[in-house]
Amino acid sequence: MTVFPAAGIAAARHGRRGAGNRWHERAEIAVLSLPALVIFATFVIIPVVMAAYYGFFNWRGYGPPANFVGLRNYQLILADPAFQAALGHNAFILVLSLVTQGPVAIAVALLLNQRMRGRSIVRVLVFVPYVISEVIAGTGWSLILQTQGALNDLLREAGISQAAIDWLTNPQLAIWTLMLIIMWKYLGFAVIIMLSGLQGIPEELREAAAIDRASYWQIQRHVVLPLLAPTIRIWAFLSIIGSLQVFDLVYIVWGQYLAQSAGTSTMATYMVVNGRNAGSYGFGNAVAVVIFLISLVVALAYQRFALRRDTDGALTEGAK
Amino acid sequence: MSAISRRRGNPVAYLISFALVGFCFLPALYIILGGFRTNSQIIQKPSGLPDPWVASNYIDVLAGSLFWREAANSLICAFGTTLGVVVLGLMASYAIARYNFKSKQAMYAFFSAGLMFPITVAITPLYIMIRDLGLVNSLAGVILPQIAFALPMTIIILTPVLKAIPKELEEAALVDGASRLGFFARMAVPLAMPGVITVGVLAFVGSWNGYLLPLFILSNEALYTLPLGVQSFASQYSVDTARVLAFVALSMIPALIFFSVLERRIVGGLTGAVKG
Repeated sequence: MTVFPAAGIAAARHGRRGAGNRWHERAEIAVLSLPALVIFATFVIIPVVMAAYYGFFNWRGYGPPANFVGLRNYQLILADPAFQAALGHNAFILVLSLVTQGPVAIAVALLLNQRMRGRSIVRVLVFVPYVISEVIAGTGWSLILQTQGALNDLLREAGISQAAIDWLTNPQLAIWTLMLIIMWKYLGFAVIIMLSGLQGIPEELREAAAIDRASYWQIQRHVVLPLLAPTIRIWAFLSIIGSLQVFDLVYIVWGQYLAQSAGTSTMATYMVVNGRNAGSYGFGNAVAVVIFLISLVVALAYQRFALRRDTDGALTEGAK
Repeated sequence: MSAISRRRGNPVAYLISFALVGFCFLPALYIILGGFRTNSQIIQKPSGLPDPWVASNYIDVLAGSLFWREAANSLICAFGTTLGVVVLGLMASYAIARYNFKSKQAMYAFFSAGLMFPITVAITPLYIMIRDLGLVNSLAGVILPQIAFALPMTIIILTPVLKAIPKELEEAALVDGASRLGFFARMAVPLAMPGVITVGVLAFVGSWNGYLLPLFILSNEALYTLPLGVQSFASQYSVDTARVLAFVALSMIPALIFFSVLERRIVGGLTGAVKG
């Protein structure tokens, strides 16, 4: 019995070229990585592959799919005005999130990066909406935004508007209301990301510019912003992907029927309403494939044109 | 003079921070305070403060079994997910970071590819998979996919952390007779703790707030997690606004406590070393 450990150490000393040792190492690699590989393949990869398969069938979800319809589901989806509207809403959310949250978050981060009292408390409170779940945020906001709700009451009190504004069901207004809720939910996250980027910019650069008599704004414009650009691009990428996947907030605040008439439906709510809720699993899977392909194209395009410089190292570094 | 004004910051900064904090925190405050009002108070003055304060909404919710059962289900899911993600993620990252084998680049790329599939996109086929495995209406049916979907980010975060452990430490441990797996359990895991906590917090909060997956998997109300519970409570008691607000406030508190306890870890982990 005592021979084996001694032999093991001897083998270790002689390097790892022994056949037994190599087998041993392979066993260790398998023990370490197989559980994660199995779970990951079962619940992420196989379902995604199956979605592409199911998407070719007209299938109610029971028994093996038999009614092969080829690309019919995809034709129906792309021709459906409801899907086109949902896609339009996603695009609207995507663009508006970038042009509103981005500048506001940068401005706030610049502000919070200065010395001031209570800065750490502000940072925590700004982050609170991000930690609250979409369901809670949605339920709270839908109560606040009722025509007889707190926001209209507040506007009346402040003498800004006497009207009972219909924030949720008026199709002209609802998508802007959704943007307000999205802004509230995700602004803090953007601020924190921007702050982390600002903190990586050496103070000396700003001081040097100040000595050269650059004004505050000149320093921000010509020194700080260019150095913040990688952070902004990473945030924008996360925001774009998030915008294409919006589901919880819309489904909670507007529900499956109202979202379409109020003009806040998204591709994901369209998928759930017309797939699972309608019992059309083949169709739902096809919508999933469409959402995935759109996300993939947008992600690759963004990666190609904006992000490449920043993630070149970051995403591949780990395995080198 | 200038030193003082520098330390205090300029008034505009305070004004804007104040507005920002109001925007971010007031809705949460409205929910919490609304739970201390009566329905007639809320109808008469939707944006008012509690007058008088009533605790009965909170007491009713806390005295019933519904809230506790759903909180327990959420806790089981969150802990199960966190434990699974941390254990499996550490093991796989360790293999990728510290062993040499031909397919390790491919394995890393395989896991990283998971970032391309958010749960929203995969949910319909995932539901069918879980149904075929007989896991519908079981918490395991929520926990296992949550582990799977959290693995890519976990492995991306943990692999460089484990790789950064000096080779000399491992060689010294091997000379002292430790096996490589022994080194993993006794040395590598403790050294990777900061990364493990970041990953664990992300997994916990993600699971606690998860809605779409439980919505598909759990139709038995006895298994509802808090997000599902909040939604069904809100539609069931839609006329009893005060009680809904109390229920919503209570279900938001655990995540807030968890976050404020580990706030330095999360925000600190994102912002790096925070000065001043």
